[in-house]
Amino acid sequence: MLIYALNRVLTLVPTLLAASFLVFMFIHLIPGDPASILLGDTATPEEVAQLSRELGLDEPLWTQYVLWLGNVLQGDLGTSVFFREPVLSVIADGAETSILLATMTMFWIVLFGVPIGIVSAMRHGSWVDQATSGGAMLFASVPTFWLGLYLILIFSVGLGWFPSSGFPSIADEGGASNLRYLVLPSLTLAAPNAALIIRLIRASMLDVSREDHVRTARAKGLHPVRVAIKHIFRNALIAVSAAFGFTFAALVSEAVVTETVFSLPGIGRLVVQSILRRDYPVIQGVILVIVVFYTAINLLVDLAYASLDPRVSLK
Amino acid sequence: MALLDIRNLELGIARGSELLPVVQGVSLAVEEDETLGIVGESGCGKSLTALAIMGLLEGTAVRIAGGTIHFQGRDLLALSPEERRRVMGAEMAMIFQEPMTSLNPVYRVGDQIREAILQHRSMSGRQAHQRALDLLELVRIPDPMRRIDSFPHQMSGGQRQRVMIAMALACDPKLLIADEPTTALDVTVQRDVLELIRSLQARTRMSVILISHDLGVVSETCDNVAVMYRGRIVEQAPTSTLFSNMSHPYTLGLLGSIPALDHDVEWLDAIPGRVPTLDEAVPGCAFHPRCFAAQGACRTVDPGAAAVSPAHFVRCHFPQGSSS
Repeated sequence: MLIYALNRVLTLVPTLLAASFLVFMFIHLIPGDPASILLGDTATPEEVAQLSRELGLDEPLWTQYVLWLGNVLQGDLGTSVFFREPVLSVIADGAETSILLATMTMFWIVLFGVPIGIVSAMRHGSWVDQATSGGAMLFASVPTFWLGLYLILIFSVGLGWFPSSGFPSIADEGGASNLRYLVLPSLTLAAPNAALIIRLIRASMLDVSREDHVRTARAKGLHPVRVAIKHIFRNALIAVSAAFGFTFAALVSEAVVTETVFSLPGIGRLVVQSILRRDYPVIQGVILVIVVFYTAINLLVDLAYASLDPRVSLK
Repeated sequence: MALLDIRNLELGIARGSELLPVVQGVSLAVEEDETLGIVGESGCGKSLTALAIMGLLEGTAVRIAGGTIHFQGRDLLALSPEERRRVMGAEMAMIFQEPMTSLNPVYRVGDQIREAILQHRSMSGRQAHQRALDLLELVRIPDPMRRIDSFPHQMSGGQRQRVMIAMALACDPKLLIADEPTTALDVTVQRDVLELIRSLQARTRMSVILISHDLGVVSETCDNVAVMYRGRIVEQAPTSTLFSNMSHPYTLGLLGSIPALDHDVEWLDAIPGRVPTLDEAVPGCAFHPRCFAAQGACRTVDPGAAAVSPAHFVRCHFPQGSSS
């Protein structure tokens, strides 16, 4: 298992190098001179020339890449043109919201998705299954901004249970109770994703339930619920675990609309605003962070595979 | 009273609102300490009959349309699902054709055997572990102390079938149903597994239903034989009677299909034609399109079961042997 894990980590190195090169090239793929784009229309040629020198844009490309990669490895992702702050600290400000939002969303997805998925697989073809499948299709296709606005209307404006917008850091006054700001946004984000997980669990469980070993389990006289959870769901989890991982990773970038509806200071909104502000260093930094994040999740999914399926780790 | 007594079992596959009959009027009895062989080609209904006895048709498209199954005097078809589960794996157990896929790949074989024990016996985890070790030893798995922690994919097909047998024997069943237990195994392993089932039976005095398409396997192992064709029993007799006086042309055809190891032959005497599909209605005797002895009446009138001798029944207008 340990050797398997080390192997997986080593294979990430070329992946990350390739990804970092693409991210680095991003700023050079923008038509025109990066320095003049960064400075905007009002810059004088002297200012452009000076920034070019500061950014090292007069060096050969590969030198620039090596310098940039060296800085990145030391945690220096450049300086935001808009905030005049290091990119890393700009991203860190948004990361708290994004990570808490994604985690809370995953919590709802597991809380609702897993039991409903199991029940609809066990009762497949019945009215329970048809109702959950119909509900899942509905939530999978409802636009998040619409759902978000309705949740605000009902639970903030109508019932007054949860705040409708913003998110003060849990380090600020209020502490962990500030998490209530994230309840409605996380439910909004969870709905379509939980719907997909329900469909996936149902489909994988139906696949597994046709396998021979399930008949063996039933022949032991086990209760159908025990067969469904211990012998069908447990095996279906191998296929579903990958979806859990990628759902979690995708939540960070998927949250753009939700963060906008609920005015949350997350990474999704940071990207959109940075694009509008042409704050290229921030965009570049966020892409790099998301790439690393995806790679890390990918690694976790692989390790989860190995621990869920005894046939994997031996190779 | 017979341990297992099946009367006029009728099974049908639900297709739309209709039930297409797949097993018709099957009556069988298994006494204690006795082995019954059920023989027939693929699709003759022998496995479905076994699943019906075991109670594993739930979740398939096959329905029980009629008949009774009495086991130890109780009508199994009248039991509640919960009462039925108390019989499954405890008093009656089953092993299947596919040892490669019949064990759950994510659990150690020891856990799977322990699960079968603890489902019906109240004992501590340690006692169950010891029982699982004993069972692995009983089915002659080498080095059970180590093998109990193996995963199924670390074992060969023959070993996995032994684990399946160990699991089936976990609660000392009165009846073991073995559905083609050796079909998926190498020839040399086949003989070992059959020999194992035979010796276990001699030791535990359980009854066995051995389902096979191989008349040779059945002749070596069974006390009684039922030959099935297209959902019906076409011939039924004690093994010695059957082999000394085969009466149904289909049984003779099955025997002719066994390759003789001491003769070098170019062609096997396979039965011509194929089993008609469920949709094809065959008037008269279901076997007549493939039968070498078919005559006028065979094409129009379905032969009922008739006794050739007291314990020997055959469904044929023109039984062979006795008449010729």
